Formats: sequence, structure tokens, C-alpha cells
Amino acid sequence: MTYDVVVIGAGPAGMSAAIQLRKAGIAVAAVDEQAAPGGQIWRGVERNAGPVSAALGADYQKGATLVEAFRDSGAEYLPATQVWQIEEGWNLFLTSEGKARRIKARAVLLANGAQERPVPFPGWTLPGVMTVGAAQILLKSGGMLPEGEVWIAGAGPLPLLYATQVLGLEGRIAGFLDTSKRPGLAALSSLPGAWRDIPGLLKGVRWLWDLKRSGRMVRGFSDLHAEGEGRLQHLQWRAGNEQRKVRADVLLVHEGVVPRIHETMALGCVHDWNSDQNYFSARLDQWGETSRPGLFVAGDAGGIGGWLAATLSGEIAALGIARYLGGSPDADSLRREAGLDERLSRARALRPFLDALYPPPAEHLADEVVVCRCEEVTAGQIRAVAKVSAPDPNAVKAATRCGMGPCQGRQCGYTVQALVAEVHGLPLADVSFFNIRPPLKPVTLGEIAALGDLEEA
Amino acid sequence: MFKSVHDKPGKASDMTVFVNGAETAAWNGETVASVLLRAPGAERRSTVSGEPRLPYCQMGVCFECLVIVDGVASTQGCLVPVAPGMRIESQHGPREISK
Ligand code: FES
Repeated sequence: MTYDVVVIGAGPAGMSAAIQLRKAGIAVAAVDEQAAPGGQIWRGVERNAGPVSAALGADYQKGATLVEAFRDSGAEYLPATQVWQIEEGWNLFLTSEGKARRIKARAVLLANGAQERPVPFPGWTLPGVMTVGAAQILLKSGGMLPEGEVWIAGAGPLPLLYATQVLGLEGRIAGFLDTSKRPGLAALSSLPGAWRDIPGLLKGVRWLWDLKRSGRMVRGFSDLHAEGEGRLQHLQWRAGNEQRKVRADVLLVHEGVVPRIHETMALGCVHDWNSDQNYFSARLDQWGETSRPGLFVAGDAGGIGGWLAATLSGEIAALGIARYLGGSPDADSLRREAGLDERLSRARALRPFLDALYPPPAEHLADEVVVCRCEEVTAGQIRAVAKVSAPDPNAVKAATRCGMGPCQGRQCGYTVQALVAEVHGLPLADVSFFNIRPPLKPVTLGEIAALGDLEEA
Repeated sequence: MFKSVHDKPGKASDMTVFVNGAETAAWNGETVASVLLRAPGAERRSTVSGEPRLPYCQMGVCFECLVIVDGVASTQGCLVPVAPGMRIESQHGPREISK
């Protein structure tokens, strides 16, 4: 199949772009890993109703309108489909239901969003430890609430939002280990404009107060350990000179989000280092086009901005793609008339404050901590290799297999970069990311065999 | 570890799936990786040390949810919604190829 444009990701950016492209009469396929549109932010928005939808809040419910417009847009929607290779020109190799196939496009828009920043600590591989984002996805998918002694550790808007959602459904959270720098979480919740959902906000504030009163709001701690036999059973941390230990069944961690970059990295796009939030993102022009002509990026995948900014950058990229394909000589005036740039800068207005409030964590990593979850490579092993090689994460990869497992460095990439920088006394910006090579997802021989059949057919 | 808000006494689950052969209640909209969190003995064994692991990210980027779903190995369980009668089996090691 050949399309004018293939959009990868059906979240806020991808859906907005697909809708705009269809308005311009452009043939679009929208490929998404999930079974229904909405991205992570609006996951399950078509299905969730009643108390779950109410607890998820007003910003969540807003997604329904966009999802409906996307469904009606005439874009060919390919759900539950993974893209495992993109070739310039553009050929995209997909897998769905265990079968591979290839589609072609004149332009590609990557709108595949963000992932939570992986932050290793002792015990983070134990069953029972997962991310706050994961727990929120479970809530949006099957209405899952965590049970038992549930602790949250981390910083950023998401833990507070998730906690208010859990409380709204009569769930319980035992305590919060706040890793943010002062003034911390309380300052955020008092920010005008940050939380439009007033009842939700009040729940969050009440929760913070309750935690503080009961002594289960922990600040200024270090050395967090998750411990247990075969699963999480306890947490330990150091507060001043004291060692604290609590029972725990679930620990949810969160240290912000970073763009998904494997696709643009594999295609050799130029990337820039964001030194406020310590991540790489593809360098984009004013239309969202990367250094590879015809390859565009919109939404959090091009730099973290949140869902509203994502919808606007999706619309801008759609105009840019129409312009690239030669079908829209008036892209500039359309962009002006829709006020896209003013709306985008308003949507991003809070971002510098959030970035300053929640700098990426920089705690020293002990040698025994597992950094690469797939190949179980520790910080000590990485340091040992880094000491005797060039300041290049690929040297660490070759010597330790760190980053060679199925996740292909999605979990360990930035940690390896930081350890290499630490060993060589370099700024983070001077150390590269792993070289990323296709396939972007592990592909089985069966899937590739199916591809051969299709190509001949 | 997790329980659905729809899981109320006297109310039937939306469907039944099989985790390593054991009947397991499941709910519309949840994924295979969500079921793994409450099915006893559904942990994956890591390839190097053999330590137990469960899904970590639920968004397709950690690969801790690799399972065999209806005979297809190395499936990312967090990307697959449950379906009635689905057969989910633990996979020990990520490099097994489809049966
Ligand atoms: S739980 Fe992380 S990839 Fe599925």
C-alpha cells in the first residue's frame, strides 16, 4: 500500500495531524501500537465511563472529542500495529497479529510520544516495583487500583495527578517519597493554572496534608532501596543519620518523561541535547521537519510539552507536510490565521517553570545497581569498561552487552551516557547516545517469513 | 498487587483467560501485562540471573512483559488487550522464537 503520509502514533499529536492532513485531502495511514486511539494520555477514553472516567478528570475526558474527530477523519487507522523498521524513501515495515508487511509513503510523521525516564536504584527490578505511568495505564485500561501498602517515589506532576485519581476511586496510598528539590510538590499544587481540575486539586492537597500529618510524606532522604524475597516486601531509605524501613507491596516511581528517539536515532537525524531535562530530541525546523527531508516529528517525541502543545504541533506539522508534498502553498497563512504559534507558546508557558522545579535526578549510582534490566549489567561493570575505553556508550555496549537486549537501550541509554560522562569528567552533552540500529522492535523469523509471502503476492 | 474497580463481590468478571493453564478472571480493556500482575507464578525469569520479573512500564519500552500469547512467543504483553479464552504462558528468556 502507498500513502501520501504515514503517521506513527495515535495520541494527541498524531490524531491532530491526521485530521488536518485529511482536511487537505491527503491520503493518510495512522499506525499505532495500541488497540484504540488516544495515546497514553487518553488511553481507553472511548471505553471508560462512570466513576473511572470521573476520577481521571476533565483533561482526560477532553480526549473523547479528538478521538471521535480522528475516527471520522477518513485516515486509515492501523491499530495494534508496531513499526519495526523505517527506510528513507519511505518504506515502513509493520507487524500486527504476528504478521509483517510493508507500506510506502511520501512523507512520515513520528508522533510516538514519550516514555518515563528510567532511573535505576537498588531493587528496581523486583516484582512490585513499576512506574507511576504504568500504574496509571493500568487504571485507564482495566480500572486497576494498587492494593496493599502502596508507596510512590519520585517527582513531577504525574505522581500527584495519579494519587488524586486513586483517591477519587477510594484507593489508598501509604506514603510518598518526594525526590523533588524544595519547594517541591506543595508549590506545584498551589500554582495557578497548573491544575484546572479544582476538585481533583483539593483531593491532592488534602492527601498531601494527611501524609504530612501522619509522617508519611518523606523529603530530603537518600539511598532508597527496594527489598524482598522474589518480590517487593520492604523499602529502606536514609533520613539524616537514621535508617528507615517500611513494609511495601507496591512501589511506583516517576522522574519525569523523555521523548522517544529510537526512530529518529536509527535514521541518523541530527539531535540536540536538552540540558534542562537531560534528553536528546531530533532537531526540527519550524514545520517539525527533521534533518531527513520528508521525515517530520510532532508532540512529545520532539521535546516534552504536554498534550495541548502536542495537538498544536501536530497541526503545524500537518501544514508543513502538505507544504512539503506541494499541495499547500498557503501553509504560512493557514498557520497564521489559526493562531497556531500563539496558542503553542501559551500551551508551553508553564514548561520552563516545571523544568526548573523538577530537574532530572542526579544521585550517585552505587556500583552494585543493575542499570541494564535486559542483560543485567551493573553500574560498576559499566564504570570499569568506561575507564579503559573512549568516552562512548557504544564501547560499553560492545564490552558488556548493555543495551543489546530486547529493549535496545530504552531503559539504560541515558544512565550509560551519564556513567560514561562521570568516569571521563565530561559534561553530559559531550557524550552521545547508543548507536541505534533497526529493527526497532525484536522481530521473529515467523514474521519475516510472512513478509516474504506478502511481497511476492 | 492490583485489583479492578469493576471487581465487586457477586459480580462476574468480563472474561476468563488462562495463565500457564490456570483460569484467571480478566476485565475489558486490560492488557495481558495487566493480568500478569495478579496471576500467581506469572513472573518471567530474567535471562542472566534467573530472577523473577514483572511488567515495569506498561507502555512498550521495557520488554519485561514478554510472554507467549496463544502460541506466539516474545509478544509484548502490554500491547495486547485480553480476549476471552486467551492462553498466556510465561516465557523464560527473551530470545525464543515463535513455535
Ligand atoms: S511492560 Fe514494559 S514493554 Fe510491556
